[in-house]
Amino acid sequence: MKIVIVGCGKVGTSIASELNSAGHEIVVVDINHDAVTRLSESLDVMGIEGNGATYEVLVDAGAQSADLVIAAAARDEINLYTCLMAKAAGVQHTIARVRNPEYTSDLYRVKDQLGLSMAINPELTAATEISRLLRFSGALEIDSFAKGIVDLIKVQIPQDSPISNKKISQIDILKGKVRICSVERGSEVYIPNGDFVIQSGDKISIVSKSDTAARFFRKINVAIGKSRDVILLGGGKVSYYLAMKLLKSGANVKIIDKNAERCTELAELLPGAVIIHGDCMDQDLLLSEGVEHADGIAALMDYDEENILISLYLNDVSKAKIITKVNNTSFDSILSNLNFDCIIHPKSLTGEYIARYIRAMQNSLGSNIETLYRLNDDRIEALEFRVKNNSKVCGIPLQKLNLIDNLQIICINRHGKIILPQGSDSIMPDDTVVILTRQKGLNDLDDIISRH
Amino acid sequence: MNKRIIVYILGWVLIIEGAAMQIATLTSFIYGEHEGLYFLITGVASAVLGLMAVKIKKPKNMVLYQKAGFAATALSWIIMSLVGCMPFWLSGEIPSFIDAFFETVSGFTTTGSSVLLNVESLSHGMLIWRSFLNWLGGMGVIVFLLAIIPKLGGQQNIYLMKAESPGPIIGKAVPHMRSYAALLYGIYIGLTLLELILLLCGGMGFFDAINTSFATAGTGGFGIHSNNIAAYDSHYLQTIIAVFMLLFSLNFSFYILLLAKKFKQAFKMEELWVYVGIIVVSIAVITINISSLYPTLFESFHQSFFYVSSIITTTGFGIGDVNHWPALSKAIIVIITFVGAMAGSTGGGFKISRILILCKEVKKEFALLIHPRNVKAVKMDGKTVDHSIMRNTSVFLVVYMGIFVLSFLLISIENKDFLTSFTSIAANLNNTGPGLGEVGPVGNYANFSILSKSVLIFDMLAGRLELFPLLLLFSPSAWKKS
Repeated sequence: MKIVIVGCGKVGTSIASELNSAGHEIVVVDINHDAVTRLSESLDVMGIEGNGATYEVLVDAGAQSADLVIAAAARDEINLYTCLMAKAAGVQHTIARVRNPEYTSDLYRVKDQLGLSMAINPELTAATEISRLLRFSGALEIDSFAKGIVDLIKVQIPQDSPISNKKISQIDILKGKVRICSVERGSEVYIPNGDFVIQSGDKISIVSKSDTAARFFRKINVAIGKSRDVILLGGGKVSYYLAMKLLKSGANVKIIDKNAERCTELAELLPGAVIIHGDCMDQDLLLSEGVEHADGIAALMDYDEENILISLYLNDVSKAKIITKVNNTSFDSILSNLNFDCIIHPKSLTGEYIARYIRAMQNSLGSNIETLYRLNDDRIEALEFRVKNNSKVCGIPLQKLNLIDNLQIICINRHGKIILPQGSDSIMPDDTVVILTRQKGLNDLDDIISRH
Repeated sequence: MNKRIIVYILGWVLIIEGAAMQIATLTSFIYGEHEGLYFLITGVASAVLGLMAVKIKKPKNMVLYQKAGFAATALSWIIMSLVGCMPFWLSGEIPSFIDAFFETVSGFTTTGSSVLLNVESLSHGMLIWRSFLNWLGGMGVIVFLLAIIPKLGGQQNIYLMKAESPGPIIGKAVPHMRSYAALLYGIYIGLTLLELILLLCGGMGFFDAINTSFATAGTGGFGIHSNNIAAYDSHYLQTIIAVFMLLFSLNFSFYILLLAKKFKQAFKMEELWVYVGIIVVSIAVITINISSLYPTLFESFHQSFFYVSSIITTTGFGIGDVNHWPALSKAIIVIITFVGAMAGSTGGGFKISRILILCKEVKKEFALLIHPRNVKAVKMDGKTVDHSIMRNTSVFLVVYMGIFVLSFLLISIENKDFLTSFTSIAANLNNTGPGLGEVGPVGNYANFSILSKSVLIFDMLAGRLELFPLLLLFSPSAWKKS
């Protein structure tokens, strides 16, 4: 695909290198000569020097024939403006880096004007990834799709589980909040309906609201290695997002930061968390705050060196799962020799994330599908459709729809709100719908209705 | 320095050259000449050697830094010339090795200066190989490799392009290096075919037309007759050749913009208009200046047009002697030898865009004399020229002059007249070919000493690769491990 990336900072660079190795044709734009030169000499991409938020420069970069424009400059407003200009230049899809959550929640209102397919927030992405690692370290696999708003978590059903040998329709634990999407038994993959009987040893994939998955797993006796007591070292943006997510899922969160002002701010923003004002590099402080007994610790300070050092130290004194944030990827090979539990690169995570989305977009070229993800060794497709006004499925309660076999509607995204649909729910125009199917080659949402 | 990747690239160069030589083998075969054997043997040996280098010494990583990219390109050109001269030498058609090497380097660097007293005595295979050297050297072998071999030089292959392509600013017009290189070669092949067809329409024989097209396309200037293009006594043919010399000396970005239908941007190129301006003024002045020497004004215009086009594009075709021209005309010819063609073309010389940048730099310096605190950006085509490019251009001028002075000193040992010595260096460093005096369009380089020929060989290579890649080979620190 032809892709224009505006902004050659860390995020832009990571996206460019990820997409370049996937073979896409990439043009990078930045106002800074050195940044453009560095990137266009180190990767097989074309560089354009200039303000990427202007029409002329975008056209110069080939936006008119591009499939996608990614705005990854430092400021949200500029990125959104870039998308607007890109849309004016005729680009169908744009992706913007938007860090301010106040903007993110309103974006659906201007989605069409901007041609915005996805908004990315590197810090939020990192926080999501870390919270997954902390909450579901025992999960077999976590697939994220539909632009990362839906997680598919795969676990194995143990011998003594209360749901084994039960029909799905009989499982009433947390009904309506959790949905079993697919079942792997031996070499077969099923998309179960209500009559399907779960057996122990099955590998089930579920979709849920993030705060309920943990409770569901506990009830069905699946050990997912959830961290209950979590300590976050450093109180930056990633910490804030992460604390929000962890608190929501019921964990105890402690944040240590050495900036008094930031501590006060965090205390106001996160009433549920314990905020400690102190130096994270102070071993006595760490011991007195109980790092030895914590389940999970994330080193999220500004400097990589501090994060690495403190993680090495914690590895010795604590049994907790330790997550280390490292911004600089150049010394990866050295770090992999040391014994770290988990290393998170927020910026390259964003690159991988976008690359995954673009793969999904590419899969769906030439159809009505927004994105297409292949799961379970390509045996299952997760398709995301945008519902048109004249669609046959609109307005009818789902239980009255005669759906084809081996297909499930797993979620509905209504203006940014995720609904796990019940039989009484119905699909409305302008929703996006994610369906899971074994049937390949579905082209339109209307195809999900059985012809019989 | 990643020496393995250099060996790998050199291997591919040898394979390509071995394959290219079969054009000459085939020609010899068609004309029933036994010289084809030498091409076959050299070609096969070259390809086998290349395959060995590619297969056995395959680099572990394809990371290529500027140093290795420049060294690989410069070494490629030297090795190509060494292999390329073998058939001339082995067959005995050019008995002296230094002469065979000189002729080959002159071909590859698209200079077109010859040491042959009687070019018509060569066999057909040798002639087509000589012309094909011009064609291959014009756009460059490395660019060809970039077009056909995926992932050559890894992600950093821009350094290979930078080392081989002429001009101060090297950028890609499309994101992928491979498609960009293929695009350049596509335009190159297209224009060559067009010229071939137009020459055939003018009644030129097929063998002559194909040789002439190759030599024009690379702005090389090798002819297959002793009296060069004068052998085709037709205004139509000579005009076609003159026009195509000009077309091949335009920046290929111009054609890319035309193909992309960005006409406005294409015709807004400052370099283009400066180039056209220099050509028009030169032709006009010379036409008037030489009008008394030719029977009609049209004939003097024709002479002037052909010669200006031949020299400024650094092709070096000739349709007659110019040593009897007045001093003003000769001065213009010497000056445009230095000016050279547009950047990003197949032509040589100092390049219009460099002159443009230097002039703008001078203007900026003058502004600073008047307003010492004046802040001014140097712009070209509406875009600011980065300081590093201006610095590089200034340094280029200094090195260019340094090489010129040193070469001039060395060639003076020969004790030829001033005009011959001076223009022979100018003609070879700028890849033009013919100078004035003994080395004028009807003369040649046969009776220079081995030392002088070696100096000229160095100048030709330095001129084609734009100095720095070749000089890097002689810098000891480039070969150190750290």
